[in-house]
Amino acid sequence: MNDKIIATEKLDAQLRSTLSALMDTMIPANEGFNAPSAGTDDIVNDVEQSMQGNALALLSEMLTRLNDQSAARFEDLDATARWQAFSELQRTDAHALRTLGSVVLQCYYRNDQVLESLGMEARSPFPLGNEVEQGDWSLLDPVKARGSFYREV
Amino acid sequence: MTKQEERVDVVIIGSGASGAAAAWSLAETRMKILCLEQGEWTKPHEYPSTTRDWEARHFTEFSISPNRRARKTDYPINERNSPIAIANFNGVGGGTILYNAHFPRFHPSDFRVRSLDGVADDWPIDYETLEPYYDENDRMMGVSGLAGDPAYPPKLELMKPVPLGKTGQALGEGFNELGWHWWPSDAAVATEPYDGRAQCINLSACTSGCAQGAKASTDITYWPHAIRAGVELRTRARVSQILVDDNDMATGVVYFDEDGIERFQPAEVVMLACNGVGTPRVLLNSTSSRFPDGLANRSGLVGKNLMFHPYASIQGIFDRPLDGSHGPGVCIWSQEFYETDLSRGYVRGFTYEINRGRGPVATAYTGVFSGRIPWGEDHHQHYRRMVQRMTGMVAICEDLPEESNTVTIDDELVDSDGVPCPKIDYTLSENSRKMLDFSVERATEVLKAAGAYDILTEAPIAGGGWHLMGTARMGNDPDKSVVNEWGRSHDVKNLFVIDGSLFVTSAGVNPTRTIGALALYVADSMKQRLANLFD
Repeated sequence: MNDKIIATEKLDAQLRSTLSALMDTMIPANEGFNAPSAGTDDIVNDVEQSMQGNALALLSEMLTRLNDQSAARFEDLDATARWQAFSELQRTDAHALRTLGSVVLQCYYRNDQVLESLGMEARSPFPLGNEVEQGDWSLLDPVKARGSFYREV
Repeated sequence: MTKQEERVDVVIIGSGASGAAAAWSLAETRMKILCLEQGEWTKPHEYPSTTRDWEARHFTEFSISPNRRARKTDYPINERNSPIAIANFNGVGGGTILYNAHFPRFHPSDFRVRSLDGVADDWPIDYETLEPYYDENDRMMGVSGLAGDPAYPPKLELMKPVPLGKTGQALGEGFNELGWHWWPSDAAVATEPYDGRAQCINLSACTSGCAQGAKASTDITYWPHAIRAGVELRTRARVSQILVDDNDMATGVVYFDEDGIERFQPAEVVMLACNGVGTPRVLLNSTSSRFPDGLANRSGLVGKNLMFHPYASIQGIFDRPLDGSHGPGVCIWSQEFYETDLSRGYVRGFTYEINRGRGPVATAYTGVFSGRIPWGEDHHQHYRRMVQRMTGMVAICEDLPEESNTVTIDDELVDSDGVPCPKIDYTLSENSRKMLDFSVERATEVLKAAGAYDILTEAPIAGGGWHLMGTARMGNDPDKSVVNEWGRSHDVKNLFVIDGSLFVTSAGVNPTRTIGALALYVADSMKQRLANLFD
């Protein structure tokens, strides 16, 4: 990612670690697709910078609740326990998690490595633009054969 | 204390589709013409498609919702009592900055709804009256399309149509299988260099502004010509009210400049071009002893008969790659169900507008929040079943006028200058509900015929109040209309309305091409009557 506004607000290191683990649970890496985890540093940074002000404060509160609901901090749980905790969070904190989910998706699917894993170019649309084929205009032949049908006044 | 500006002949409020067209048309009179625009110019390099986070910016600073965008140049709107939220843009070019550039004309039948179908009212003008202004507006905006659409009378062809792509081809095959009409959409998109503008390079981002300058927004079509001809366009000038004298003539407008300083702009003629919400807002805020219920409102109809186009979205997921978001947003349309057939359970009809697909982020949103893409290990596999494999259409349904659908002034809401803001009260009619349902059912058939294996629908589209019409309707009877058949207020003879507020009915197509044509028609009507304009 380029063109980013540099954030001045950050989570503390522990909550950032929780966020990374949570994002890894939401979108884990997949070797077969060469897709990175959403919990990688670049993407977590992007999420953190995209959630400034009140949004970051609400995220911080949600992560704290996530840690409080288990015997150990979320990032210290094993994969099965993390999934259970995440499922519980979906039930108890749906609105805040939906907000985070939106930002995670927004940041994940503009990440260079992710786009490359999808066979897409990691760039802005402008100035290069995109190719779109003209298509087969003979498909219109039956429409033309039907003739005019607009309503006369 | 309000500062007084130098008198002008004509002041136009708003610089969008109608304000730009009228300013350009009137410039040849050599009158002193001033346009006041509450927003600013948008520089091409500011558009989201120039940056990597282009999809995200579509939902924030370039959102179609003024309430979400919340720029200082926007005004908030109370839309809590409407199932459809307002979309607009406040800046030079107005709504054309963020529109999709679908550019259909009305049909001859759209001006005769009462005569043909016994509902609503006929327009005081007809298609033939407007046709030369459609042509003139097409030349100024630059329209691409394919001649010979059997759903329309013959019309001007300027540039080759936008490409079909894999999307148009797939859907065209679907329509053909059912024997239904389809045609390349008319688009306000330059498919070749046009009037100093570059051709479309398929940026995927028409609805968040065109960095290429291929999409015909009036900041790059009409305005350069109008300014060269001597029109002054003053930005960051937010009009709060129009003043009148004891003879019921407008004397000018009060506005706030960029620094919040209140100014009075005297003018011989005032023209409103603020869209179907902004125009009644100004009129209803312009109360006086002569007009206690709002200016030009002796009919009581200012702000009433608000029409949107209720939209249905019907999208399919295919088992093969299509174009993704690449392309101009515009692709093909179908008017198979445009005209009234009472056996369908409703009156009037709609257009299907086939768009392209979705970008990587929008695909993820759609998939995750519709439950089709899970979080966790299976996320990637399910995402790859959707990305670049989605396309579909919207049905743009004719909305009939009802006096209970209104724009009024909110009791509490004000903008950054303290000017009272609009409140929307809108109820989806039973006719619209039935039309939406029918459109979803038929579109599902098309998508399945084209090969879609999964269908997603939304009807009405909650954020889809793109088209704002009917709130200062034209007509011959002062008791049943706000302005006459050439846009002049029945009550204030130097006050004109030229935007979508004029519409008597909404038709089942996007309004911008008709708004531009109407503005040119009103301007031409004024030019023909300059000697006795106020008689």
